[in-house]
Amino acid sequence: MEREARERLRWKCRRGLLELDLVLQRYLERNPQDAELSELLDLADNDLWDIVSGRNERYDGRLSGIVARLRAS
Amino acid sequence: MSAALPVRRFDAIVVGAGGSGLRAALELARASLKVAVLSKVFPTRSHTVAAQGGIAAPLANSTEDNWHWHMYDTVKGSDYLGDQDAIEYMCRRANEVVVELEHMGMPFDRLENGKIYQRPFGGHTQGYGSAKMAMRACAAADRTGHAMLHTLYQQNVRANTQFFVEWMALDLIRDPQDGAVVGVTALEMETGEVHILQGKAVLFATGGAGRIFAASTNAFINTGDGLGIAARAGIPLQDMEFWQFHPTGVHGAGVLITEGVRGEGGYLLNKDGERFMERYAPNAKDLASRDVVSRAMTTEIKEGRGCGPEADHVLLKLDHLGPEVINLRLPGIREIAIKFANADPIREPIPVVPTVHYQMGGIPANYMGQVVVPEGASHEAIVPGFYAAGECSCVSVHGANRLGTNSLLDLLVFGKSSGEQMAKDIRAMPRPHRNLPKDAGELSRARLARLDGASAGERVAEVGADLRRVMQAHCGVFRFPDDLAKGVEKVKEIAARAQRSFIADKSKVFNTARVEALELDNLVETALATVVSADARLESRGAQARADFPERDDRDWLKHTLWYKEDNRLAYKPVHLKPLTVEAFEPKVRTY
Ligand SMILES: Cc1cc2nc3c(=O)[nH]c(=O)nc-3n(C[C@H](O)[C@H](O)[C@H](O)COP(=O)(O)OP(=O)(O)OC[C@H]3O[C@@H](n4cnc5c(N)ncnc54)[C@H](O)[C@@H]3O)c2cc1C
Repeated sequence: MEREARERLRWKCRRGLLELDLVLQRYLERNPQDAELSELLDLADNDLWDIVSGRNERYDGRLSGIVARLRAS
Repeated sequence: MSAALPVRRFDAIVVGAGGSGLRAALELARASLKVAVLSKVFPTRSHTVAAQGGIAAPLANSTEDNWHWHMYDTVKGSDYLGDQDAIEYMCRRANEVVVELEHMGMPFDRLENGKIYQRPFGGHTQGYGSAKMAMRACAAADRTGHAMLHTLYQQNVRANTQFFVEWMALDLIRDPQDGAVVGVTALEMETGEVHILQGKAVLFATGGAGRIFAASTNAFINTGDGLGIAARAGIPLQDMEFWQFHPTGVHGAGVLITEGVRGEGGYLLNKDGERFMERYAPNAKDLASRDVVSRAMTTEIKEGRGCGPEADHVLLKLDHLGPEVINLRLPGIREIAIKFANADPIREPIPVVPTVHYQMGGIPANYMGQVVVPEGASHEAIVPGFYAAGECSCVSVHGANRLGTNSLLDLLVFGKSSGEQMAKDIRAMPRPHRNLPKDAGELSRARLARLDGASAGERVAEVGADLRRVMQAHCGVFRFPDDLAKGVEKVKEIAARAQRSFIADKSKVFNTARVEALELDNLVETALATVVSADARLESRGAQARADFPERDDRDWLKHTLWYKEDNRLAYKPVHLKPLTVEAFEPKVRTY
């Protein structure tokens, strides 16, 4: 992935919830180029946190790969 | 010679799309003014989204309540440093702005009769501090800030507010004739271009700067940009020594562990396994007020009884509650502890430290949002064209200590009042914009040119981390004289290093390293303001707790601090002890 896309993704990981900032920063350090992440980042902060923290299991199945990776990180 | 910066003109410019910025923008857009809202991130990702507890309004839906009781609680909570005219104003408009928000579609929790459900909250009382709690906090489940932000954003979209998303304001433009603010410079992240946004009225609603501390509940975007920008433009910052700490943030991460954990029977331990709160507060123990618990924790750590290899935290034990209580009554806590502390609270304690949460100080403003500064004989001369609201402002309704749920209220009341005032002022101005000063944008351009020209220097992430460490160690929840004096020197050294900041990536398009270097400048201004103001205030009041001056001193210190960037100078101005229409609440001796 080119520099610009990586930078955009990085900024999209700046969130209103500290919980997400921390998880996403940790994830990005190891996987700076995960294109699947971008779609997930369109979710509202609290909805995203509910999914990442495992409180919500009913989300778009197409995202299950990236959700599993984020939860594991 | 570089080409002139591109200029765009608006009636009003709002920097910040959190609760306060969006509320103000809505008022302006509905008045059919041309309004631009700038935000570093997508509006609904502003930090307001993190607020859970609720918003205060004396609606009296469940218990008897009124604005005067709310006012009393706020004045007392502020440890008498709050301006009583502004507090009266806020409490009297609380019901109006909350009901308005309800009509905009805010999904408040409801009572069976359909009215907004209200719950009790620390410090909310009936009858001027009686033992009876007032049910005053309105909430939308545990997502009040989220619901508020989304509601206001939708309303703005409908009202045709123009958003500039991922635009970072850099500096103010002031007319040298009379100091009026006539616009801002801003970096468009997408292109890397700097623009001038010219306006007849400019509102700062840039939120707090909690990231100046190592332990912070604030999201990464809270870098105090509005404060840094104002300070560079010669505007003083008010009461910056006052920061509210939460006792239980996860060590090393900052994520908040709610008071509910101790409410359910969790307690704190030092490295000897001692339940130390029994020594500090024999009755309330771990449920003593936030500042008491935070100070006790700091004392334990300071005296060598902290836990872990660095002896720098204490432990929050809750495994004795059993998995049922933890899973059922404290949802989310287990996930947070496992994710951020690597500790499963069902089996092991959570490492915690007092963690910064809210900034009471900020850009000095009156209750109409107008920025006010000392000039000649006046302590509070209006800076024409400049307004501030929300956490970046100091109105001052929170004084030395904020009452829970009053911040969201502050966003709505003062977001609205500044929008009203701006609309009025804009209408009174001549139709054409003023001419921009000749050197408009030069400061920003010079800052960027330096950064882009530097081929070596200090790494932004390292300087930032050092700043946060120094602030935590020298200007934390419990302040010691030698620490503070050394802290001032250390932050000055860090400020000098920040002037030599360096980024390796010089690309223009979407350069996050450049953005973070610019944020660092703002963090540094905020930190300097904080440590210098704290060092100078020789008393303990609200959130400022000094080991060498443990008492409040109304004779010498019932006054607001003003810090100027130039020469790190301090000035003081009186507190407004006189409310608008009612009798003043006289400062009372603190009873323990
Ligand atoms: C975990 C947590 C829980 C809380 N719970 C409560 C609660 O229950 N009740 C309560 O009353 N208060 C609560 N608070 C406090 C309250 O949430 C905040 O004080 C409030 O949301 C701040 O709102 P704001 O509008 O001032 O700024 P923010 O919501 O922080 O928004 C700032 C805006 O400014 C923009 N911005 C910043 N710098 C720039 C720049 N240079 N250029 C362009 N845009 C910029 C950002 O993009 C953002 O849009 C809580 C705080 C935290 C941390």
